[in-house]
Amino acid sequence: MTVTAVAPARRARLDLSWPVLIGFALILCALIVLPMSWLVYFSVTDKGHFTLANFVKLATDPTFIDPLVTTVILATSSAVICCAVAAPMGWLIARTDMPLRRTIRALVTASFVTPPFLGAIAWELLAAPNSGLLNQAWRALLRDPQAEPLFDIYTLPGLIFVVSCYTFPYVFVLVANALDRIPGDLEDASSILGGRTWTTARRVTIPLALPALLAGALVAFLQAMTLFGSPAILAIPAGFHTMTTKIWSLFQYPPKLELAAAASLPLLVLTVLLLRAEHMILGRRSYALVGGRQSDPRLVRLGAWKWAALGFAFLVLLNPVFLPYGALLNAAFSRVATQIVSFGNFTLRNIEFVFFELSATKLAVRNTLILGVSSATVGTLIAVVISYVTARKAIAGWRALAFLATAPIAVPGIVLGVGLFLSYTRPPFVLYGTLWILLVAFVTIALPAAYQQLQAAFRSVSVDLEEASRILGATRLQALAHITAPLLRTSVIATWCFIFVGVIRELSAAIILFTSETKVISVLIFDLNESGDLGAIAVLGLIMLVITFAVVIAINRIPGFGAIRLRNA
Amino acid sequence: MLTRRTVLASSTALAASAAFATRVAAAPAAEAVTPALIEAAKKEGKVVWYTSIDLAVAERLAKSFEAKYQGVAVRVERSGAERVFQRIGQEYSSNIRAVDVVNSSDASHFVAWKRDGWLAPYVPEDVAKFFPAEHRDPDGLFATCRVTLSVIGYNTTLVKAEDAPKSFADLLDPQWKGKIVKSHPGYSGGTMTATYQTARDLGWEFFEKLARQNVMQVQSMTDPPKKLALGERAVMSDGAEYVLALLKEDGKPVEPVYAVEGSPLINGPNGIFKGAPNPNAARLFQSYSFSPQAQQLIIDVGGLRSVHPQAKEKSGRKLLSEIKLMKDDPAAVEKMSDEIKARYTKMFRV
Repeated sequence: MTVTAVAPARRARLDLSWPVLIGFALILCALIVLPMSWLVYFSVTDKGHFTLANFVKLATDPTFIDPLVTTVILATSSAVICCAVAAPMGWLIARTDMPLRRTIRALVTASFVTPPFLGAIAWELLAAPNSGLLNQAWRALLRDPQAEPLFDIYTLPGLIFVVSCYTFPYVFVLVANALDRIPGDLEDASSILGGRTWTTARRVTIPLALPALLAGALVAFLQAMTLFGSPAILAIPAGFHTMTTKIWSLFQYPPKLELAAAASLPLLVLTVLLLRAEHMILGRRSYALVGGRQSDPRLVRLGAWKWAALGFAFLVLLNPVFLPYGALLNAAFSRVATQIVSFGNFTLRNIEFVFFELSATKLAVRNTLILGVSSATVGTLIAVVISYVTARKAIAGWRALAFLATAPIAVPGIVLGVGLFLSYTRPPFVLYGTLWILLVAFVTIALPAAYQQLQAAFRSVSVDLEEASRILGATRLQALAHITAPLLRTSVIATWCFIFVGVIRELSAAIILFTSETKVISVLIFDLNESGDLGAIAVLGLIMLVITFAVVIAINRIPGFGAIRLRNA
Repeated sequence: MLTRRTVLASSTALAASAAFATRVAAAPAAEAVTPALIEAAKKEGKVVWYTSIDLAVAERLAKSFEAKYQGVAVRVERSGAERVFQRIGQEYSSNIRAVDVVNSSDASHFVAWKRDGWLAPYVPEDVAKFFPAEHRDPDGLFATCRVTLSVIGYNTTLVKAEDAPKSFADLLDPQWKGKIVKSHPGYSGGTMTATYQTARDLGWEFFEKLARQNVMQVQSMTDPPKKLALGERAVMSDGAEYVLALLKEDGKPVEPVYAVEGSPLINGPNGIFKGAPNPNAARLFQSYSFSPQAQQLIIDVGGLRSVHPQAKEKSGRKLLSEIKLMKDDPAAVEKMSDEIKARYTKMFRV
């Protein structure tokens, strides 16, 4: 290590650590404490007077109770379905000799980066009761054009299915990673004691993975509960609301901000409670998983069953990946969005329209890229500093910083959107109408996961190297810049890409905060869906996926990229 | 031509036209498109047009403007008229001045914007010379840029012509349960206008009964025709006539129905905002929008109707004079729109 540059020690120099750290604490307060305070304030006021009327309305008006009940049903069912599918999938991928395991993992990642609202639109193309491609195929199979549809996506079960499709990867990643880490010697011990393959799986592997599965269920519940795009696309045509679409509808003219703030609080409280539960479960898990990996996990030999297993995996992946992407690709090149492309109806009209006629395309793509890059950069920077401080316990208040950085995970996107709207449409900080407010939203949303990732990375770097540098006269910041940062390069890049991807698929906060000049691709797609322009959506969606996949592939080339958590749009 | 103008005239708000007649003299003088204006517009380089016209049609109009006045780009900000109204209100209350020119399918919005003093007077030559008095604001703040109807429609492969509904009353027949698609007055200004006229003429009971037909609820009035074309639903209870016309001419299996009770009439005015960031480009675009060229374009490629006497109706389309119309009344819609939204949301649950 070259240390000559900082060798002349003991020069009186201002250590910038404190101002920087206080500055970051203030930033975090602006990101989280300010919007949440406004949210609470608005929820208990009516034109400036204190009142609990908003909550009374919330608790007694069926137009609020029904969406809340629907949301709970949606979230619970999705969590159950996700676990039922992700557990066997995760086990097959992590612990068996099923063929094509790497490919399947990559494909699950593909469903991970697919924005849920885009998936919902693709499923409209597939399973709208009359025009849906699958229902058309079903009727062709029966040779009965009048047959009842096989699927109706505009129903609560339809919504639960689509939400599950794009929530399942969260559970899968948690389960598969947990199974990856279970040391093989525990299973060996079971075998030596006479346990057969299935006994070992039942008595050892599954119990060890169970906490991760439960944590996954909670994450799935939260994701399904806070999702905005999919219910807006599938529930409203069917004539019902979820909490998120209800909150959003309160922003329509004439806006009822106080009620929107009050309606946001149940989501916030529920999220906090569930995260406490998750924390307790994950806390329990630590007894089982002993630090690093003792020996490689033993792969269960499936024998002839491996082909059945592969069939199952592909059947599962049909729903979030193959079918929707096929439907979007088809719609992009077909004169009628729900007709299979043929010589008769092949068209480049949609491509031409999106690239050369749609005047919002350029602006939306530009805004999305600017926001993606800047949010990723700012978010990574904040996460690096805070995870450094907390990993090294560098200042007295590090616990508060850690809490602030993790707190946004309890704030659903749409609730954050409402809070930021209330905070930054009035002096002293008028950010509404600029990209700044979206930057604030996206950084806040991404911060908890970015912080968790980087904190784990910091813990893996020995403190000795930094101390050597400081003994030689470097300040904390110099040590960080010259010693620690280079060692963490891969984690930092992975975090950057991760935030970038999250920004591109974000809809729920953006839908509250955008203005005409600050539109992003996700909002544009949502707009187009409301006027039924499916061909243009397909093209824009594919553009979005190309951008996203380019970044995700870059992530996957970086070694050591582990469990990630994407926030839902 | 005369017949169409007469029909349009007779179908317009009585209260409004009475007021217009006495105050026309006060209108600002018409302004021609001068080389100086074009130069100034080019300097600004762009114009932002908030509109609720179907996106493809709006972009065609924008592209034709860009072709004529090279160097002035049009950015179309398209959403439902009620959303556009909300967006402008929200932006203005945060001191954001983004909109130059606005077009709304809910003419009552211009009543509100005029009262708030947000619109800038500007009378294009064509408006002064050719537009009937009841289609232009006496103070020169706006004029009707397009006319369309909200119509019933059906998919011809799913429904035989003789079985198709002929009236609003027919839509309540049990055979259409689960087969109707309709748009939302909280999003679409055309649907807001149509909902007002339908409820006024047929009573809210009509919507109460319609809500029990398990309708598919979409947002924009441009969407039901597209859902019919896909075959997703057999019948639409309301939707944009012009989008349906375009789809039909494109060979899609759709057919409009002009209800025996009358079809709701929707006037879409264009106006310039006082706070327009590109005031000269806004004027140039406003002038262009009312020119015979643009008015012919919205008929030919847009399926819309024009009140410009020089614009010729496309052959094969039904003339407005042959259709029984409901009367529009922007002043009444302006007073009732919040109530209409609330009642509608209660009935249809979204």
